[in-house]
Amino acid sequence: MPTTLTIADVERIAALAQLELTEEEKHLFTKQLADILHYAEQVQAIDTSGVPPTDHVNSDQRTEREDEPRPSLSTDDAIANAPDGAPDAGLFRVPRVIGG
Amino acid sequence: MNIVDATATSIRSDIAAGRLSAADACRAALARIDAVRGALNAFNLVDADRALGRAEEIDRRRASREPLGPLAGVPIALKDNMNVRGMKTTASSRILEDFVPPFDATAVRRLEAAGAVIVAKTNCDEFAMGSSNENSAFGPVRNPWALDRIPGGSSGGSAAAVAARCVPLALGSDTGGSIRQPAACCGVVGLKPSYGRVSRYGLLAFASSLDQIGPFARTVADAALALSALAGADPCDATTARQAVPDFTAALTGSVKGVRIGVPRAFVTEGVDDQVRRAYQGALDTLRENGAALIDIELPHAKYAVPVYYLVCTAEASSNLARYDGVKYGYRSPRAKDSLKEMYSRTRDEGFGPEVKRRIMLGTYVLSAGYYDAFYLKALQVRTLLRRDYDEAFERVDVVAMPTMPTPPFKLGEKASDPLQMYLGDIFTVSANLAGLPGISVPCGFSTDGLPIGFQLMGRMFDEATMLRVADAYERSTEWHRRSPTL
Repeated sequence: MPTTLTIADVERIAALAQLELTEEEKHLFTKQLADILHYAEQVQAIDTSGVPPTDHVNSDQRTEREDEPRPSLSTDDAIANAPDGAPDAGLFRVPRVIGG
Repeated sequence: MNIVDATATSIRSDIAAGRLSAADACRAALARIDAVRGALNAFNLVDADRALGRAEEIDRRRASREPLGPLAGVPIALKDNMNVRGMKTTASSRILEDFVPPFDATAVRRLEAAGAVIVAKTNCDEFAMGSSNENSAFGPVRNPWALDRIPGGSSGGSAAAVAARCVPLALGSDTGGSIRQPAACCGVVGLKPSYGRVSRYGLLAFASSLDQIGPFARTVADAALALSALAGADPCDATTARQAVPDFTAALTGSVKGVRIGVPRAFVTEGVDDQVRRAYQGALDTLRENGAALIDIELPHAKYAVPVYYLVCTAEASSNLARYDGVKYGYRSPRAKDSLKEMYSRTRDEGFGPEVKRRIMLGTYVLSAGYYDAFYLKALQVRTLLRRDYDEAFERVDVVAMPTMPTPPFKLGEKASDPLQMYLGDIFTVSANLAGLPGISVPCGFSTDGLPIGFQLMGRMFDEATMLRVADAYERSTEWHRRSPTL
């Protein structure tokens, strides 16, 4: 079934992706994403019954280690790049989440 | 010879022998960067003080007869998506415009341990997403061979920097061709190692099952020298392989006698420019005349590599780029003070450019309920079929040869409004990433209007040595890599 996209679809995806798009971007992406998805549909015609997915080419490699604390970034270094850091409290500051 | 025309190999040996100081090599690179910086827009940052300090340290070590590393005093540029402690990493994005990383990438640490001197960070497509370098928030890089042409992408600045004789070596990252394709566009060597060969710790993640760091150079020998310094397991990157790292320089014997080269004729057809086809055929003829055997192979699923790649890489990107949220680092929208959700979505809309948003949207779509099986899971299954094609081919051949790019570098702006057309140009490079295989692009000719053309060799998993040997033997019997652009 050919992929069709509406502005509402694009708005739904943008909400999932935490992207506030402009009206112009919504229109542009509605067309461009539909073109790309339509092109990508060709993979759906390939017989893949019984074929395992490859999510990673070296996935048979085991890389476990003991779960032990190690030296890591200091709180100051971790907060240094924050657009609204509170170094004295050792915290990142964000707009209000609940209440008002 | 002018220092800026010298290879890394000869700079290192001249410094070790006392014929050249690391400080002079560094100053020559900085002067050349200064001379071409405006014309090319290849550099996001140049740190002359730090570079000269490091170079003087190399000279001091030599004067006191301390051991020198294999890249001692070699000036090097880094794609601006890998971290150097205290030096900005922007990924050519507004969202990271002022990000100063608190740690070094492992690749950076290894290069500096080998004595390399980092002089600059290079412009690239935003978050390494693009094939033309037009997606940089800081404007496109221009091709040193023709300033109205793309340098390729996404590591366009690194390719242009090496082609323009600013540095003999530069690092790029390659997720779907982002080292090999710009190398072809700029007439230099570009090497993507096997998946897992080089640590990505400190590389800003785009698509984690595909990303790999590798070098640009003007000779295969220099690329081999750099890979020997970069390669090896790293406890900070669980995807690095524990395979032993051979001496890649020692592998360059100059001989291809008896080497079996796979030629996927049926795949190299539609959409390939005649001049590219002729240059590719010329490269195959040269290899055959040197004693290699050309063997026809079939890669029945290679034609699906582009759709599979764009389903997989966008899915992974949508997840990896979720971290840019205006909280921990980077840009935050000043327009959003009232709610966290609004802050996220406005920050990301203002901070990301159009191609990054397009890929996040596409990836979010293919991972969303109702579409996951039909697109994402299906792509992963076809990825398995593609890997099997290569496994079968490598039972009969030692390397596979194909063009790097179907056309010579196109004009800036020519494909900018049609993302699908841009994606189709990646047809010959994305397979190596999907299958994890090493690939290298080597100069093999010029178009009638003087634009570089490259061809690509791909090797077995973790057999960069054979691939480099064939590439080096080809280079030794041709002169293409000796040409330089007039700038």
